[in-house]
Amino acid sequence: MTETTYSGSDAADRGNDMAARRKRRDAANRRLQYYGIGAISFAIGLLALLFASLIVSGYTAFTQTHVRIDFPISATHVKPDAIDQGNYRLVVRDALADLFPDVTSPADVRSLGQILTNNTQFFVRDAVLADPSVIGRSVTLEIPASDPFDQLNKGVIDRNVPENQRRVTDRQIGWFDQLVAQDRVTAPFNWALFTAPNSRFPELAGLSGAIVGSALTLLVCFVLSFPIGIAAAIYLEEFAPKNRWTDLIEVNINNLAAVPSIVFGLLGLAVFLNLMGLPRSAPLVGGMVLALMTLPTMIIVTRAALKAVPPSIREAGLGMGASKHQVIMHHVLPLAMPGILTGTIIGMAHALGETAPLLLIGMNAFITSEPGGITDAATALPTQVFIWADSPERGFVARTAAGILVLLGFLIIMNGLAVWLRQRLERTW
Amino acid sequence: MATVAEMPRETQTFTTVRTPDAAPRPVKVRGENVNVFYGAKQALFGVTIDIPEKAVTAFIGPSGCGKSTFLRCLNRMNDTIVGARVEGKITLDNRDIYDTDLDVVELRARVGMVFQKPNPFPKSIFENVAYGPRIHGLARSKTDLEEIVVSSLQRASLYNEVKDRLHEPGTGLSGGQQQRLCIARAIAVSPDVILMDEPCSALDPIATAKVEELIDELRTNYTIIIVTHSMQQAARVSQRTAFFHLGVLVEEGPTDHIFTNPIEKRTQDYITGRFG
Ligand SMILES: Nc1ncnc2c1ncn2[C@@H]1O[C@H](COP(=O)(O)OP(=O)(O)OP(=O)(O)O)[C@@H](O)[C@H]1O
Ligand SMILES: [Mg+2]
Repeated sequence: MTETTYSGSDAADRGNDMAARRKRRDAANRRLQYYGIGAISFAIGLLALLFASLIVSGYTAFTQTHVRIDFPISATHVKPDAIDQGNYRLVVRDALADLFPDVTSPADVRSLGQILTNNTQFFVRDAVLADPSVIGRSVTLEIPASDPFDQLNKGVIDRNVPENQRRVTDRQIGWFDQLVAQDRVTAPFNWALFTAPNSRFPELAGLSGAIVGSALTLLVCFVLSFPIGIAAAIYLEEFAPKNRWTDLIEVNINNLAAVPSIVFGLLGLAVFLNLMGLPRSAPLVGGMVLALMTLPTMIIVTRAALKAVPPSIREAGLGMGASKHQVIMHHVLPLAMPGILTGTIIGMAHALGETAPLLLIGMNAFITSEPGGITDAATALPTQVFIWADSPERGFVARTAAGILVLLGFLIIMNGLAVWLRQRLERTW
Repeated sequence: MATVAEMPRETQTFTTVRTPDAAPRPVKVRGENVNVFYGAKQALFGVTIDIPEKAVTAFIGPSGCGKSTFLRCLNRMNDTIVGARVEGKITLDNRDIYDTDLDVVELRARVGMVFQKPNPFPKSIFENVAYGPRIHGLARSKTDLEEIVVSSLQRASLYNEVKDRLHEPGTGLSGGQQQRLCIARAIAVSPDVILMDEPCSALDPIATAKVEELIDELRTNYTIIIVTHSMQQAARVSQRTAFFHLGVLVEEGPTDHIFTNPIEKRTQDYITGRFG
């Protein structure tokens, strides 16, 4: 017995030993925690940097410089019986001549006209078409300033650089300053960014065509991949025999999920456009290609959700005499739905941001109207960003960043929806 | 202890010691020479048994001896296990339940099952009980269905505890209440036979007592087969007891006889706690 009892110093050693070990253990725990915090801070920091740089370069696109001009609509330029054939170019020239009576030489008149957007005459025409009673009177419109003057107003173009190194002349700056002095220049929120389709002129270009195009593309993608994905997953998970064929299918689905998206674009180009002759640049084809791309993810997510349904629920159903089909439709699928929906939304968000396959099927065309249907030529948000990023005008730099912000906004909304849906549906039961 | 697989088939004795009831009851379920295989592994060896009508029969035996396997043969739940194969003949009211033109759905409506862990559907209490009658088309109208639900809950002695919250989730009940809900769900389709696989093993003693009391009441109307690891429970609720060991039905007879006077040495050893 005496051998097993510790002497006083032994017990003290043991105590010291344990204290030291405990200290080491605690230190190791803390280190692991710090690594984690460090990694997360790094990630969040990079994300913040990304957003900051996008906001810094993109925020100017959220306002647009406008100039308020009074246009006298004389019956000589615009005949009441042929409003759309009126000579609005002269209307615009007259309006500017009223404002700047001393500008008379043709070259000066032209460079004065450059302050306003190139499409000013169409704004005037649309105003007259909307309200023909203005003929013989005058109409006051807020006309977008052309890109160089928008940039000048926002301070992007620096007045202090030598005249030959900037896109606006000193005389033009003088006229613009006169307009500012007359309180005619405003810079309201740029709704056109969301309501206008693309344009050659940055001051008029908006995302509405791309937003509608993306929505139609996603709709096609969803309509195809949601039912097909669920059906395939149900078959594989609930019905398929376990043999070499189903193993092969499973491996292939997992591999497909890892295939670079551009490959699906090539497939779409070869099969949907060249072989099947579907229209180029159409949301229909874009949706089909993205559906191919999201299907594997969809199947994997759905299978995981089905697998997560506790077997006791299936047993309960079968034990009640429910057929396999009833067990799946009444019990398994409803319980798996939150998981499936969450996966679907994340898959759709992924598809929304996808660019490469859309470029291959021509959804990066220059299109200045919103698509009216899934077979009309259209662009999508990411390809619109791509196009703008490629454009030389100053105004497109900010608009590119703004386009990315809008795209990110949609992605955040979709992911938020997924989180909300998951929590909501889970809370019910 | 050797498992069934390790034991050569030749060394097994498939003979079952049987002690008939003093006043025999009509036979409800009969198994004849039932062998069950999971893949290559045999889990049951030539089980032959008569299960009397409107009485409680208990299956006892050490873990892994095949009690659940045999129970699951009786409503063909083994069909759902990949690789499971059943040989031999099982009849319900003299009709072969493995007959090819027998409808499994109809069989499972006649042979209800209650599982070890309470497994109510994640729906309301009402919907849980109404599910069976609904899929089997037992209720002609809404009031019909309500009547079935209420009477099933009453027969499962749960109604008084839940009558004010029929439309709240069944998963929100206590474990014992959930198990009684599962029993109510099973009896809602008016089965002839109710199979219970260790229905009280997840319950506390008070809930267990309630369920046992319920089983005792149900026996007047239903044929009940219960698997249990509790000797006391078998003794309390059952009229007949069958002892399984390593896939073999060793002995079966009236419960008091099995517990006081077992004939087989293995039965004796098991109920006296020498193994298991
Ligand atoms: N799905 C299955 N696949 C393969 N083997 C199985 C399966 N289910 C049961 N077995 C095997 O069959 C034998 C009998 O199992 P069973 O579940 O019937 O035992 P049990 O008597 O109910 O045991 P317990 O009291 O632990 O529930 C065991 O050896 C078990 O390992
Ligand atoms: Mg068991």
